[in-house]
Amino acid sequence: MLDYIARRGLFTLMLLVLVSVVSFVIIQLPPGDYLSTYIMALQEQGEDVSEAQIESLRAHYGLGLPIYVQYFKWMWGVLRGNFGVSFEWNQPVASLIGERLALTLTIALATLVFTYVLAIPIGIYSATHQYSVGDYAFTTVGFIGLATPNFLLALILMFLFFKYLGLSVGGLFSPEYLGEPWSLGKVLDLIRHLPIPIIVVGTAGTAAIIRIMRGSLLDELRRQYVITARAKGMKERALLFKYPVRVAVNPIVSTIGWALPGTISGATITAIVLSLPTAGPLLLRSLRSQDMYLAASVVMILSAMTIVGTFLSDLLLAWVDPRIRFERSRT
Amino acid sequence: MSAADTTSATSTAAERREERYYLASQWQLAWRKFRGHRLAIAGSWVLGAFYLLALCADFIAPYDVDLRSTYIYMPPQRVRVLADGRLHAPFVYATTSAVDLQSFARTYTEDPSARYPVRLLVRGYEYRLFGLIPMRIHLFGVEEPATLFLFGTDNLGRDFFSRVMLAARVSLSIGLVGVALSFVLGVLLGGVSGYYGGTVDLFVQRLIEFLLSIPKIPLWMALAAALPVDWPVVKVYFGITIILSVVGWTGLARVVRGKLLQLREEDYSTAAVVAGAADWQIILRHLLPGFMSYLIVTLTLAIPEMILAETALSFLGIGLKPPAVSWGVLLQDAQNVRTVALYPWLLLPGLFIIFTVLAFNFLGDGARDAADPYR
Repeated sequence: MLDYIARRGLFTLMLLVLVSVVSFVIIQLPPGDYLSTYIMALQEQGEDVSEAQIESLRAHYGLGLPIYVQYFKWMWGVLRGNFGVSFEWNQPVASLIGERLALTLTIALATLVFTYVLAIPIGIYSATHQYSVGDYAFTTVGFIGLATPNFLLALILMFLFFKYLGLSVGGLFSPEYLGEPWSLGKVLDLIRHLPIPIIVVGTAGTAAIIRIMRGSLLDELRRQYVITARAKGMKERALLFKYPVRVAVNPIVSTIGWALPGTISGATITAIVLSLPTAGPLLLRSLRSQDMYLAASVVMILSAMTIVGTFLSDLLLAWVDPRIRFERSRT
Repeated sequence: MSAADTTSATSTAAERREERYYLASQWQLAWRKFRGHRLAIAGSWVLGAFYLLALCADFIAPYDVDLRSTYIYMPPQRVRVLADGRLHAPFVYATTSAVDLQSFARTYTEDPSARYPVRLLVRGYEYRLFGLIPMRIHLFGVEEPATLFLFGTDNLGRDFFSRVMLAARVSLSIGLVGVALSFVLGVLLGGVSGYYGGTVDLFVQRLIEFLLSIPKIPLWMALAAALPVDWPVVKVYFGITIILSVVGWTGLARVVRGKLLQLREEDYSTAAVVAGAADWQIILRHLLPGFMSYLIVTLTLAIPEMILAETALSFLGIGLKPPAVSWGVLLQDAQNVRTVALYPWLLLPGLFIIFTVLAFNFLGDGARDAADPYR
C-alpha cells in the first residue's frame, strides 16, 4: 500500500510540475511581454512611468533573463503563495481567486454527488426494466442531455425560468448577501442557489453514467450465478442488490477520478453563462484583457485541483478495493 | 416431381445465404450489423442531410449573410397555404413594421391584401456554388416587397435562416478537420508509443495521462485567447482547429497504442519483420487495417466533441469572431436572457447543434456495435 501511495504521489507531483510549465507557457503566449502590457495599462491610467521604474519592474519579474530562469523565479513565488499581480485589478492574484476557487470546488463536488446519487438508481431501474416506458424515457432524456452543451442548457433553463416563472436565476447569492461576510444565512442562501448550476453541470455526466450502469448491470444480470440464485428461491430484491449491482457499480466508482476534469470544465463554462462568482467568469475576463498572470493562475489552480482530486480518489479506491492496489503494483 | 424441385431450390437458397454469410468480408458483416441499428441509420440520414445543406448553403440561403435590412428582430415568418378558406401554393404576406413610440418596441403586422407566392429557383445575390461555379440561382425566394425570413432576423435585420445555413459550414467542417488532425497526431504518437514501447511509450503515456487529467475547457480557453486579434477568419479557423486537436488527440492515441501493443505480437507481424518490411510499412500496411474499425468508431465519437468545443469557445467570444459565422458565433447574440426571452428564435442554432451531436452519437453507437461483427 505504501509503495502504491508513493508511486501515485510521485506521478501526481510530476503532473503538477507539468501543469506549472503549461501555465508558464500561457503567460508567455500573448505577443509582447507582460511588462509592456503593464506599462501600457499604467500609461492609460495617466500615470507616468519613468525609466528607473521600468528597470526595477524588469528586475522584479526577471525579464531579459533566460526563459528557464524566469520560470524558476515565477515558480518560487507560486510556491510561497505569490501568483503575481493582476494589472487589471491592481491586486495580488492570490487575493482575487481564493473565494472563487472555493466556490468552484463546492459546485464541482456537489455536482459529483448529485450525479452519482441520481445516475446509479436510474441505471439500476433502466436495466431491471429494460425496454419499458421508463427505460425509454430515461434513455431519451439521457441522449439529449449528452448532446446538449452545458452553456446551451444553462441558457435554456434561464430562459424558461425567466419566461414562465419570472425568475432570474443567475448568480449564487441573493443581493442582500453580496459582499457580506460568511454567516449561516449566507450559507443557506448559497444552498438555495446551487440546484440550477448543479443540474446544468451534472446533466451530461449523469447521462453518461446511467448508460454505463445500465449496460454493465444488464451484462451482469445475464450471468449464470444470477439464474442459480433465482432458482434457489432468493428474493429478487436481495438478489439484485447483493451481487449484480455491486459488481456493476465497480467500474463507475473506479473511474470517479476521471469525472473530475469534465466537471471542472463544465463548471467553468456554466459559471460564465449563469454569471456565478466562481473561477470561470474571472478566467474569461482575464483572458479577454490579456491579464495573463491572473489567467494562468486560474488555469493552473483548476488543473492542480483536478489532479490532486484524482490522486485522492485513487487513494480512496485503493483503500476500498484491494484488487486495484495489487493490480497496479504488479505492472 | 415439381414439389421436390421447389424444396431443393429453397434449401439451396438458404445454403447460399449461409454461404454468403461465411464468405462475407469483415466489412460486409459490419455493414450488415450497422444496417440493423435503426438509430444509427437515422443518424446517418440526418448527418447526410446536414452536410448536404452545409455544402449547398449558398444555394439554399435566400439572402446574403451580411445583408442588413430594416427588419430588426422580426419573428420567424409564416409560410401559408390557406387563404379565404381555400388551398393555395405556399405564399407569404408582405410585412410592415411599426415602432411603438412609447416603449420603442417594434411590432410587425402582415398585410393580407396581396399574396406573394414562394417561388423555386429564383435569382438572388451572386455566389459561387462549391466555391467554384458562379451562380445567381437560389433554391427559393419571394418577390419584393415581400420578405421571407423563415427563422426571423437578428439585431441588424439579417436573415437568420441564411445565417444558420452558412454557419453550418464552419461548425460541421471544424469537427472533421479537427478530427483529421487528431487522427494524424493520434496515429503518429500512439503508433510510435505502441509499436516501439520502452522509453518512448512511457513518455507518450505520461503525456496522454497529463492531458486527460486536466480540465480541457480552461486550457482551450487560454490557448484560444492567445490567437492574435487581427488574424483573418481563415487563419483563426485553422488556429482553433489546431488548438482543439492538440489537446484532444489523446483518446485516439490510446486506441492506437492499445491495439498495436496487442497486434505486434501476432505471427503475421513477425512474418513481416522477417520479410524485411520497414517499421512504418508494418504499422501502416499490416497493423493499422487490423483495427481500422475501432479507429472509425473513436473518430465518429470525437467529431461531436470537437464541434461542441468550437461552439463553446465561439459562444464565449474567444473562438471564431464575427464576421465569421458558426453556430457558436450566432449563439453569442443569445447570451443575455432578456434578449432570448424577447426573441426566442435566436436559440435555433442550438437546436441544430443538439441534432448534429445526437446524430453523431447514434452513428458512433451503431459503428461500435458493427465494429465487432462476430459478437
